[in-house]
Amino acid sequence: MNEIAPLEHFADAPVEAACSRAPIGLLAELTHRCPLQCPYCSNPLELDRVNQELTTAEWQDIMRQAADLGILQIHLSGGEPTVRKDLEDIVEVAAKAGLYTNLITAGVTLTRDRLKKLKDLGLDHVQLSIQDVNEANAEKISAYKNGLAKKRELGKWVREFDMPLTINAPIHRHNIENLPAIIDFAVEMGAGRLEVAHIQYYAWALKNRAALMPSRAQVYKTNEIVEEAKVRLKGILVFDFVVPDYYAKTPKPCMGGWGRGIMNINPSGKVLPCHAAESVPGLEFDNVKTKRLADIWLKGQAFQMYRGPSWMKEPCKGCPRAEIDFGGCRCQAMAFTGDATNTDPACKFSPHHAAFVAAAEAESGVANPPNFLYRRLGGAKGSPDSAVETE
Amino acid sequence: MTASVQRTRTIISAASKPGLPHHIKLRHDPGRGRWHVLAPERVFEPDAIAVEILKRCDDQRTVQSIADELANEYNAPVENIIADVISMLQELADKGVVKA
Repeated sequence: MNEIAPLEHFADAPVEAACSRAPIGLLAELTHRCPLQCPYCSNPLELDRVNQELTTAEWQDIMRQAADLGILQIHLSGGEPTVRKDLEDIVEVAAKAGLYTNLITAGVTLTRDRLKKLKDLGLDHVQLSIQDVNEANAEKISAYKNGLAKKRELGKWVREFDMPLTINAPIHRHNIENLPAIIDFAVEMGAGRLEVAHIQYYAWALKNRAALMPSRAQVYKTNEIVEEAKVRLKGILVFDFVVPDYYAKTPKPCMGGWGRGIMNINPSGKVLPCHAAESVPGLEFDNVKTKRLADIWLKGQAFQMYRGPSWMKEPCKGCPRAEIDFGGCRCQAMAFTGDATNTDPACKFSPHHAAFVAAAEAESGVANPPNFLYRRLGGAKGSPDSAVETE
Repeated sequence: MTASVQRTRTIISAASKPGLPHHIKLRHDPGRGRWHVLAPERVFEPDAIAVEILKRCDDQRTVQSIADELANEYNAPVENIIADVISMLQELADKGVVKA
């Protein structure tokens, strides 16, 4: 039984067959607000503020449209989605529409009563992020006190209510040595899945790359640790490994290919091919307030721009991997090479690959990395000057 | 201990009574005209025979009786079928998609 490979031959299919070409998943960023201030925040540099956020009714309508379009899974994310008081109302409608609902949370603002209510309303799964299993280090990374204890408590409630749990552990030089303990923590929490997610250096995380980048040797060691643990924990814990781009030879198939399997809606209703797509110039993003979701997915300029292989130039053009990795990540190509139509610099065929690898090696080789630029909604303009440096 | 917490590997045998955990959903998708298995952050696309097996995973039937039914239905030797059923269910149990 294979994991689904969505959307073959997208451009050739007739419009009436919309359902067969619908995305499998929708990442719903309900808010950019978050009590944590992690330096690798994946939200864009420009954050939406609370008064720009979609209303309850607008999100509920999105859930119904998503189900009609053929979307199967909803990932309720943020920021921290539980800061929205109407999360229950959104989950209820999503579940009734037949969508598989996944809550992606930092787990520090959710109460037992709310979790129970969410479960009763049809929430299918909880993904809990952790910063580290060392409390002091977790506090340093998230700039949030006592977070780990709250996460343990959430884990207890998840087990009490017999809900499936995934632990998401973003990995970087400040916690990479604790990976074995992170794996133990996931088992202890009763998680069925563990995402060992090497940081993807876009947006805010890119500002902190020099503070976060692990060494090649550390990264290789994580592969060994995960491979050993996969065997040891077979049938107990499923591993998901998000590869570290900078030491790779071929790029990852970012989002499973642009406009192929996933769509992203940001807090103010902009529909994006990926959560970082606003960093790519020349894209026009439609908003759910003015257009139907199906229309945006099928015909939206931002989705059509890099869908399929037609935009590619060499070395992607004609490459046997062109429809395996889709040229990698447009946002990373933009950020590192200044041109989103270039191949992802993670690819060994990119003329920028050597500089890309050298940057990682140089930054990870520094004994005392720079301080974190913490992520705060107050610093939403994205200037490092407006972020807070500590240590 | 609750059902979602897996402390030991489930080993599938002819006597196992497989079922789907409550958070795993075998669902027909009318728009795409096929079956899906919805799992945490994963969607699987079972082939026709996998669908027939999964439909019978009801915590009541044993693997042996599922194989017997399929052997009868597809007019095939049960020894061959049961090996395939066990190997498929073991793979799915290791992915957390099937319990027993």
